[in-house]
Amino acid sequence: MQQRRTDAARDARTEGISRPGFFARLLRKKVAFVGLSMLIVVSLAAICAPWLAPNDPLEQTRPRALESSSRDYLLGTDHLGRCVLSRGIYGARISLMVGMFVVLFRILIGVPAGLVAGFYGGKFDSLIMRVTDVFISFPGILLAIAFMAVWGPGIWNVVMALSVVGWPQYARLVRGEVLSVKEEEFVEAGRALGLSDSQLIFRHLLPNVATVIIVYGTLGLAAPIVSEAALSFLGLGTQPPAVSWGRMLSEGRRYLHVAPGIATFPGLTITITVMAFNLFGDGLRDVLDPRQRH
Amino acid sequence: MSAYLGSRVLQMIPTLLGISVLVFLLINMTPGCPAMLMLGEYASPSEVQRLRTIMGLDDPVGVRYFRWLADIITGDWGESYIDRRAVLPALLSRLPATAELVVASMVISAGIGIVVGVISAVHQDSWLDNVVRAVSFLGISMPNFWVGIMLILLLSLHLRLLPASGRYGLGNLVMPAIALGTSGMAVVARMTRSTMLEIVGLDYIRTARAKGISERRVLYKHALRPAMTSILTVMGMLMGFRLGGSVIIETVFAWPGIGRFAYLRMMERDYPMIMGNLLIFATFFCTINLLVDVLYAVVDPRVRYE
Repeated sequence: MQQRRTDAARDARTEGISRPGFFARLLRKKVAFVGLSMLIVVSLAAICAPWLAPNDPLEQTRPRALESSSRDYLLGTDHLGRCVLSRGIYGARISLMVGMFVVLFRILIGVPAGLVAGFYGGKFDSLIMRVTDVFISFPGILLAIAFMAVWGPGIWNVVMALSVVGWPQYARLVRGEVLSVKEEEFVEAGRALGLSDSQLIFRHLLPNVATVIIVYGTLGLAAPIVSEAALSFLGLGTQPPAVSWGRMLSEGRRYLHVAPGIATFPGLTITITVMAFNLFGDGLRDVLDPRQRH
Repeated sequence: MSAYLGSRVLQMIPTLLGISVLVFLLINMTPGCPAMLMLGEYASPSEVQRLRTIMGLDDPVGVRYFRWLADIITGDWGESYIDRRAVLPALLSRLPATAELVVASMVISAGIGIVVGVISAVHQDSWLDNVVRAVSFLGISMPNFWVGIMLILLLSLHLRLLPASGRYGLGNLVMPAIALGTSGMAVVARMTRSTMLEIVGLDYIRTARAKGISERRVLYKHALRPAMTSILTVMGMLMGFRLGGSVIIETVFAWPGIGRFAYLRMMERDYPMIMGNLLIFATFFCTINLLVDVLYAVVDPRVRYE
């Protein structure tokens, strides 16, 4: 009897995803539909880059450097005679990869911390919250730059730096959710049934906060993409031969007067990708978590 | 009020201590030894060892942390590994340029964002509203350094209206302030719009209108003031982004502030300067959060602090 009530309570909370017609409701939201379509385009560009790109993104044809649009090079060439369009298409790979890994690691660190803080309260809670206070006191990108300066450039260092800098937001978010969920009857019921703490936390609390994690995880994909571009723009992010939009921007900046396209195009691709995640995330939030609509 | 202020300042202390621990660990867990960095790669091992002893680098981490912390508290922030300049004066001398930039970008964000947000809310679902919403979505999604580069391309290279770099006059401030303020402007506009839409539907606004007060007065005096609380919260949160953004924007426009300085010194691994820089930024940020909390009471008289 109690078990069934527990299940019912859980169903009521996770209705968002499990209820049939979730995708239909999501796609009826215009913003979510537009965002999803843009995301599919960017993801396809990343996956199919070798087939889509008209040229090798790394091939240098020095005599043809800084050319404007032509039939060989639709968006012209950069200072080393590389195809700007092909580099833009390949750049989607780094951006999406960094975005996904950073959010994954932020969740892997932040969610358990938030669960423990919210569930146990007391000393655990105040310790974890003070630690998040410290991290949140820094402008994230500044701390990431400091990590990169110390660890040296490279894509995995970018992922680690951005993950370390960003996990506290997830911890705080999850803690807040747990604080309201743990007062509910089904948690008490679980305790009465003699469930262990870890069973309660991972089997019963976690599914109840999953919706929020999914919504903010999706919205949170945009920020690391911009941060990676910023770090690469400053020369601290990914290193060649990896093709990064941020790096293209910083290289193109020097040739702004002769070939403005080199710096314009990667900025557009970053904007489109970020906008796609923001639109899709907003739509997802409206459908899954209508309380938070703002 | 003053009691509240006092307790808030006291609450900052554990956070600041935590910040100092993080900064110290970040720099001291790095491979490579500062003595070697200072003496250059041709130094002999015995020279390096001597400097290590002088600098106390062989002491346990805990001892070094507390010695460093004592120095920081007494105002001795060390000297640069690169040019031997004292850290604290070097940082403080660059603070006004950054403050100028941040304040200018705040003015742009708040001034334009609030007005646009109110207009958008008043004309809800009109074409104007739709344009504002689309543009603010774009504003949130554009990376600020790209906005900066596009401004240089348009206003400096094409129209030759504004200088692209340096800090020589008011003309230099315009582009970096816009680049740094764009995303904030968009966020403020969205926040103002949604808050105003909630408030305009309330009874007391209908009463105010029924009394025959002019629409402008109803909006800007009766509706906007309660909306300011949430706008202020957003502005406070945006400060963090701005301080971080200043590092990149100052680099793009060669703005001689503390952000660009931080970047340049990080590239050279000038550890005392990096540590000082991080401490200044974090302290600055904590202070702003405190000010936002205090401003709540000014804006919203219902907020009373015990």
